[in-house]
Amino acid sequence: MTTLMSGNEAIARGAWEAGVLFAAGYPGTPSTEVLEGIARYDEVDAHWSTNEKVAFDECVGAALGGVRSLVTMKHVGLNVAADPFMVFPYAGTNAGFVVLVADDPGMYSSQNEQDSRYFAKMAKVPLLEPADAAEARAMIGLAFDLSERYRTPVMFRTTTRLAHTRSPVELGQRSEAPRTAFTRDVRQYAIPVFARLRRPELEAKLDELRAFAEQFDGNRIEEGDPGLGIVTHGIPYQYVKEVAPRATVFRLGMLYPLPEERLREFCARFDTVYVVEESEGFIQQEMASFGILNVTGKERFTNIGELSADLVASGLEGAPVPGDFSDEVAILPRPPVLCPGCAHRGVFTALRQLGALVTGDIGCYTLGCLPPYNAIHTTFCMGASIGNATGFRRAGEEQVVAVIGDSTFLHGGLPSLASAVYNQVATTMVLLDNGTTGMTGHQEHPGTGHTLKGAPAPAVDYEQLIGALGVRHVQVVDPWDLEATKSAIEAGLAHPGPAVIIARRHCQLLPVEKAKQHVPYRVIEEECVLCEECMEAGCPALVWEGDYPTVREWECVGCSLCAQLCPAEAIVA
Amino acid sequence: MTVTNVLIAGVGGQGAVLASELLALAAAAAGKDVKQGEFHGVAQRGGAVFSHVRFGDRVHAPMARRGAVDFLLALEKLEALRYAHFVKPGGTIFVNDFKVEPLRTADERPYPDDAIDFLRSKGFEVVVVAATDTAMELGNHRAANVVLLGALAERLDIPADVWQETLRARVPQGLLELNTKAFAAGATPP
Repeated sequence: MTTLMSGNEAIARGAWEAGVLFAAGYPGTPSTEVLEGIARYDEVDAHWSTNEKVAFDECVGAALGGVRSLVTMKHVGLNVAADPFMVFPYAGTNAGFVVLVADDPGMYSSQNEQDSRYFAKMAKVPLLEPADAAEARAMIGLAFDLSERYRTPVMFRTTTRLAHTRSPVELGQRSEAPRTAFTRDVRQYAIPVFARLRRPELEAKLDELRAFAEQFDGNRIEEGDPGLGIVTHGIPYQYVKEVAPRATVFRLGMLYPLPEERLREFCARFDTVYVVEESEGFIQQEMASFGILNVTGKERFTNIGELSADLVASGLEGAPVPGDFSDEVAILPRPPVLCPGCAHRGVFTALRQLGALVTGDIGCYTLGCLPPYNAIHTTFCMGASIGNATGFRRAGEEQVVAVIGDSTFLHGGLPSLASAVYNQVATTMVLLDNGTTGMTGHQEHPGTGHTLKGAPAPAVDYEQLIGALGVRHVQVVDPWDLEATKSAIEAGLAHPGPAVIIARRHCQLLPVEKAKQHVPYRVIEEECVLCEECMEAGCPALVWEGDYPTVREWECVGCSLCAQLCPAEAIVA
Repeated sequence: MTVTNVLIAGVGGQGAVLASELLALAAAAAGKDVKQGEFHGVAQRGGAVFSHVRFGDRVHAPMARRGAVDFLLALEKLEALRYAHFVKPGGTIFVNDFKVEPLRTADERPYPDDAIDFLRSKGFEVVVVAATDTAMELGNHRAANVVLLGALAERLDIPADVWQETLRARVPQGLLELNTKAFAAGATPP
């Protein structure tokens, strides 16, 4: 049976077919739908973990315990899980263990552009990368076979384009993988004590994998024009087929280790070989280290952003990529906005009015750095806001506030808050508790009261948790109430020790909120003084039409922030 | 080797991705090779969203090349301008007669109210569809995406029964009647 699937859905399907019994991860675009997809299968025990390192550690335990295990994350998630990722290969796995990592060239939903292929080389683990959904389904099964055959974790890399493109997939049946019992052997599994013993084995294993790469049929040559040779991989392979359908193509399905001898033979057939790869020149650099130098790659195909058929054509033929019409007509930018009724809006309005220095974190609320909110001044990575705020306090800044979402706080914020308390730094933090993982599409987390599979679960009690860390000033506020939010943040800043304000209101896109009846607000034009204060809310339900602001009533959820900002009481329910 | 390239663009929340998924499903059900790739940024709403749907004998790249799109479906007028350079010379742009002002940014130029005239001046065939108005008359402005899809369907060789089956299979039961009406309204504008 053939069906249309995204790359992520196909990976979930393929992993299920391969007999996976345990899967864990943390949401992160573009990887999220893999775990959501595999959770739909009853045979698979799948759950969201608090962060990627936790998920990785859990999957290590499960794989050692004898069941095929899949851990999923985006590229920056691998940074969080890098600690076990670098060490576990020393032990090697028992049952199949695959690490799915989704890179985001072009940074559609990420803070950096990171080519995770280098991680595979650093960890000395094999790396597979498919070129479409159908291949992803088949290749993930192969990854589990490879993992068991060589007793190594296998990294399975995708990119946004693979993850989010739907194409036809031929489905197979599930075959149960045999469970292999764990053998207690500290010389194998207690790495810090026995690492020196294991270290040479890691190199020996890599040599075996190099031999495998030479005969792996996922590395294959498609014969064509004897005058045009191209080495490529993954999604860029599709661009090559699009713009140079007659080229002779060496398509790599295994990106580490590379098949050195086959690449050498291939390149000997051409004067110059084009290496078409997205992001960094990883293949090109590896080939250079083999002494294969008649290649051209990153000189022609940019390492910035996502490649496209147009960019590959430009690199091969030198033709310029056609531009848009922005020189002739006002194509205004349309940055993403906070939704109508978003609970973050009240917090940002309060922060802007207070003029505080605000350290931000990763979530929808990162948008708070943009106009018209203009409320956040730094943002780097998951959990950084609290540590950054502590540092600003140490540097002498008085009015510093860290803002962090509920899921992000549990992911990476807790240790930083403990540090602030321990060191008695008067760090003020606003927990944006909207009851979900918003940006990635409403995933459950330890604070929501439900599991990935929809079962009821204990929900973290933030007041108790934060109190137990030693924070003496904890206040809960409704961010739809601007004055109360402002006073709560002021009280937090005035407190001599660490202070936490919990701004609590659901994400308005949660089904429970969307089901509610709303009383929309409206503008009384006769009362309006045209001061534009309401527009500072930056709400997509409030637009300037004709001479006055107007509420799009079908968008308005009745949060009343625009009315609270209006000095003339011209906005009413 | 023939491939039909469709680009669907809109503002986050307007249903550009769902419309492109419906088109991809219908093309696959009609026996074609398909690739459908969507592009969206952070957050759930408000930003520019677009999606390529390519179908034919054999499709490689997930997105069409610039200047190669046969049909652009724009759920909003400014978004038609943003992606018009993907359309082939003389290609067709279906544009919803609907304006969503972007939030104010450093770019303080006024909204380009001459979008449709501009696109015509560039030699494109521009079909203006009152998709949001029609959807609101049917009871839900969110069905504008399917109105526009109905207009496009008239130009494609995907049989009517395949479209009906696709809507039945993909659209939630409670919204099927609305979407069936929206599709029909797009196919035969008043």
